[in-house]
Amino acid sequence: MVNVLPLTLTGAVLTRRDKVLVGPVDLTLGARGITVVIGPNGSGKTSLLRMMHGLQRVTQGSVDWAVPDAQARRRQAYVFQQPIALRRSVLANLIYPLRLHGVPRPQAEAEGRAIAARFGLSGKLAQSAPSLSGGEMQSLALARALITRPDVLFADEPCAALDGQTTRRIEAHLTAAAGAGTRLIMATHDMGQARRLADQVIFLLHGRIHEMGDARPFFNGPATPEAAAFLRGDIVD
Amino acid sequence: MNDLLAGLSEALRLIVTLDADLIEITLRSLQVTLTALVIACAIGLPLGGWLAVRRFRMRRAVIATMNALIGLPPVVVGLIVYLMFSRSGPFGVLGLLFTPTAMIVAQVIIITPLVASIAHQAMRDLWSEYHDLLISMNASRRQRIVTLMLDGRRALLTAALAGFGRAIGEVGAIMIVGGNIDGATRVLTTAIALETGRGNFALALGLGLILIALALIVSLASHWALRTERRGRW
Repeated sequence: MVNVLPLTLTGAVLTRRDKVLVGPVDLTLGARGITVVIGPNGSGKTSLLRMMHGLQRVTQGSVDWAVPDAQARRRQAYVFQQPIALRRSVLANLIYPLRLHGVPRPQAEAEGRAIAARFGLSGKLAQSAPSLSGGEMQSLALARALITRPDVLFADEPCAALDGQTTRRIEAHLTAAAGAGTRLIMATHDMGQARRLADQVIFLLHGRIHEMGDARPFFNGPATPEAAAFLRGDIVD
Repeated sequence: MNDLLAGLSEALRLIVTLDADLIEITLRSLQVTLTALVIACAIGLPLGGWLAVRRFRMRRAVIATMNALIGLPPVVVGLIVYLMFSRSGPFGVLGLLFTPTAMIVAQVIIITPLVASIAHQAMRDLWSEYHDLLISMNASRRQRIVTLMLDGRRALLTAALAGFGRAIGEVGAIMIVGGNIDGATRVLTTAIALETGRGNFALALGLGLILIALALIVSLASHWALRTERRGRW
């Protein structure tokens, strides 16, 4: 099966009520690795991810995948900052994407149970998903996103408001998914997490890519004073 | 007070003796109402879901019209259905006037906007919660509506019960199109109207109490079946 990547954004702009949220953005993301999008609050991290994923349509420019759009949409997944749980059991949540793809229920349930075991949710399969704790809910959201083995996973601050132990667990799952071939594109405001996970960094400022490159050189010596100030913890506006 | 007690006593008598007329009228009431409800739900629930997920021009106007139709005066609906099914009307050839089918048609027209409107409100709230997830998962429009209907089934039960309540208590339209014919189209509400007109208040009240009990039983049975308001769900 052909990978949906590379992803190419050409002059992509996202506006809302005549206000530019992101763009123009020009970039190409290859098939492997973890790209972390960082930047101050309001810099457009979430909007960039949503635009790439197709949750919001570009106002100008284009977002192109290596395969036709409809095919590309089926092989992506998105984890939201505030996890969204269907008002169903944990198992029903897990198998939902598989059922949408037409996987027979017995096979979907078997895969659901297998991924629940990996994510420590085996004991909660019959529990109502909205009654899970924040960490469990995010684990469920990540497991549900990965159950279809997507080519690309977008994760918008997946560990926001989670404790250290849960964050470590989620990061381990993200790293494992990337190791298994899922391209990870995530936004975070946690610089420690960005350093731990990133292969590539996109530093956004005022909706534009201010700096982009491999993670190690970026963290060791950013090219722009704004990125350097941001990494120092200064207020950048 | 005496009338009330007499009504209660009459209701008990009718039930305990399994009065044949009462059973026939009650079963016909249930048959007409439940058939109308099933048809109204088959139209109104998906329509509510569809309106929640679909964006199109004039959508607001459609929703506003649907909400306005909740207030349709039943006698006007009855009159229109009467004219449609009367011998000189466009459907006169079907010979449905003064049959339970005509009563069902009138009830469907009356309760469908109510069912669809309540369903739409519930589905709209759920859609705002699920929107990003279902779009992200590339769910088709049909899959979105089915998901909303499954996960919002308890709210849809409320819509169905509201429709049932409106239909079982309806008298104006079905009196006009059914004719309140003994043994053919008489139902609880038209029987109550008839007995009240005759001055048989005790019997009318007895039938009224049975009507209320029926509505309560259906509501309780529906909630029990869908396991709403269970302990430990708060």
